[in-house]
Amino acid sequence: MTKIALIGNPNVGKSTLFNELTGMHQHTGNWTGKTVGIAKGYYKDLEIYDLPGAYSLIPHSKEEEVTSDFIINGNYDIALIVCDALVLERNLNIVLQTLEVTNNVILCINLIDEAKKNNIIIDYDKLASILNIPVIGISARKKIGIDKLIDTINNFKSNNSFQINYNSKIEECIKILNTKSRFEAIKYLIVGSSDKYINEKVKQCRLYLNDNNIDINNSILGNIVKNSEDIAKKVVINNKKYNFKIDRILTNKVTGIPIMIILLVLIFYISIRGANYPSDLLFRLFNYIGNNLKNILINIHIPSIIYEPLMDGIYRVTTWVIAVMLPPMAIFFPLFTLLEDLGILPRIAFNMDGLFNKSNACGKQALTMMMGFGCNAVGVTGSRIIDSKRERLIAILTNSFIPCNGRFPTIITILTIFFIGVSSSVFNSFLSILLLTIIILISIFMTFIVSKILSITILKGIQSSFILELPPYRKPLIFKVIIRSIFDRTLFVLGRAVIVSIPAGLIIWLLNNIYISDMNILNHLSNILNNFGLLLGMDGVILLAFLLGFPANEIVIPIMLMIYMSNNSLIDISNLNVLKNILVSNGWTFITAISVLIFTLFHFPCSTTLLTIKRETNSIKWTIISFIIPLIIGIVLCFIVSNIIRVII
Amino acid sequence: MSLCDLKIGESGYVTKINCNDDIRVRLYDLGLIEGTNIKLILISNGINAYLIKNSLIAIRNKDALNIIVGEVND
Repeated sequence: MTKIALIGNPNVGKSTLFNELTGMHQHTGNWTGKTVGIAKGYYKDLEIYDLPGAYSLIPHSKEEEVTSDFIINGNYDIALIVCDALVLERNLNIVLQTLEVTNNVILCINLIDEAKKNNIIIDYDKLASILNIPVIGISARKKIGIDKLIDTINNFKSNNSFQINYNSKIEECIKILNTKSRFEAIKYLIVGSSDKYINEKVKQCRLYLNDNNIDINNSILGNIVKNSEDIAKKVVINNKKYNFKIDRILTNKVTGIPIMIILLVLIFYISIRGANYPSDLLFRLFNYIGNNLKNILINIHIPSIIYEPLMDGIYRVTTWVIAVMLPPMAIFFPLFTLLEDLGILPRIAFNMDGLFNKSNACGKQALTMMMGFGCNAVGVTGSRIIDSKRERLIAILTNSFIPCNGRFPTIITILTIFFIGVSSSVFNSFLSILLLTIIILISIFMTFIVSKILSITILKGIQSSFILELPPYRKPLIFKVIIRSIFDRTLFVLGRAVIVSIPAGLIIWLLNNIYISDMNILNHLSNILNNFGLLLGMDGVILLAFLLGFPANEIVIPIMLMIYMSNNSLIDISNLNVLKNILVSNGWTFITAISVLIFTLFHFPCSTTLLTIKRETNSIKWTIISFIIPLIIGIVLCFIVSNIIRVII
Repeated sequence: MSLCDLKIGESGYVTKINCNDDIRVRLYDLGLIEGTNIKLILISNGINAYLIKNSLIAIRNKDALNIIVGEVND
């Protein structure tokens, strides 16, 4: 088995090539930092590792460290470096660095079709002879050159490849450090070593270089860049015509942010409106199946102690979650993935950087925030793209302010019932877009406020630099986008929700059907919480529903309804008028609706997100803080807003 | 003059990078060394995007302030 390590700059198509070879569905997208962990896959007798994108083997971020360690420590046979033909010169940096680690390198130049279109001509043979390694031009998206690449891998023979000549003093130090590879010595000279013995030698080398007036960074890394420049001059002819008209509009100081917000709201609106009918259909279908299934169970004399928890507990909650979540997600994720593929996300980060800058946070937080709209746990993991630990923590702690897909159904249902009206006139449509925009703006605004507060209190520190690449726009492969986003994201997130809703359904049924002195446990619990709930403009049932919805936010409304109608059996909850009657007859008012909306935006992250925060921060302290901050904000806001409205009315 | 003083569409050659090591190394990664040609393309709030070696790179103005350019061309 030949082990292949796929490396290269971010966003050059490593994951696309990986998917092409292994038939796997590693998530791809047109922005830096898509791949945050190592993915492993197989093609015939090749074992392929997809490493996170890195500009350099001298790491700056967590993800680059993963790649750097993997390449330097060397548990692979061939390093397959993927370069972007459009920016080959810059990409050569990591090629030259890797050649300092090993001779077992194949260079794969991707996007040759786009390069051709842009009048960029590359002399592959000349490059191969300069570097003395195989150089293959491919297009992973268009499946060009893949066979030749496989042939090259299978027939690979190691040669003495190109080596950089540093300043003679640096070369002396490399000899003194005497590491496994030249690059290891270089890395030690630049960033030091955790090994005491080595570090002692490194210190002496640095002193020696210092005495000779040698700037280590410049004579090593600057020199590598210079070498890349010289090589590129020999092999690349660039006649590309640049056109930044679209960017001038999308990133304009005045129009940029409004355009992005309209785009985002439009996506949500399409998801919600488009999901109405299929959701309704699913409800009816599940209802029909549920009723028949229950009848069958009764007819074959299954005791009620078994079929009731099964059908009224597990089945009802699980099918609700599917009916509510699946249609909007199946629309939202493909649309969002289209934006990703086009290359819009980095532009959003660019536009919003001014605001994040004022919050003393990192502009890349805009990207993790956007991911949070899909799923907060994904947003938390995505925060790895942020280099500074302080700024990464800010991004992680504030991610749950962004309403995820699991919370949107709750928000929409309440907006529709209490603020817009159930009929679908043009005015109502306009009103729902407006209210949705306000909700999204509130959540983004809160992200800025809390980021700022964190950065002047518990996460004080110097702001790190922020450098972001804005990739060229790419035409997305629409069919692939739909397939990929449905299978990789929609079904993944849905599957997770279903897994937690099965036990949740059972527990809720049990709490609902175990009686202590004439009242079931759910009612006991909601009575205990009732006074506190009223104080926040809600009631005990709502608070209990949020608590029981800890595993997944999408089950909050079903739980509420189950408690409100503890004695009723199934109703057609897809009918919003019926839903409204149930809520109103249980004391819901305008104030309740506002409070529930606020609390949906700001309470505690769901269990999956919390577990992810624990894994990413490796700290119980930060996990607890991430739980407490939104909770306090939610409680305080609900208390203030509901009481102010009460006084006014 | 510093990178920030460029106007949209103007380009210049970097003569000196006075940033701290962390940023300087980051700039090296993106192919920006002394002598590299750089062109201002987009302006936003506190951050601009430049064309560096055929790719569009956004750099915050407070960092760009320490990058000195000479030989400005339209």
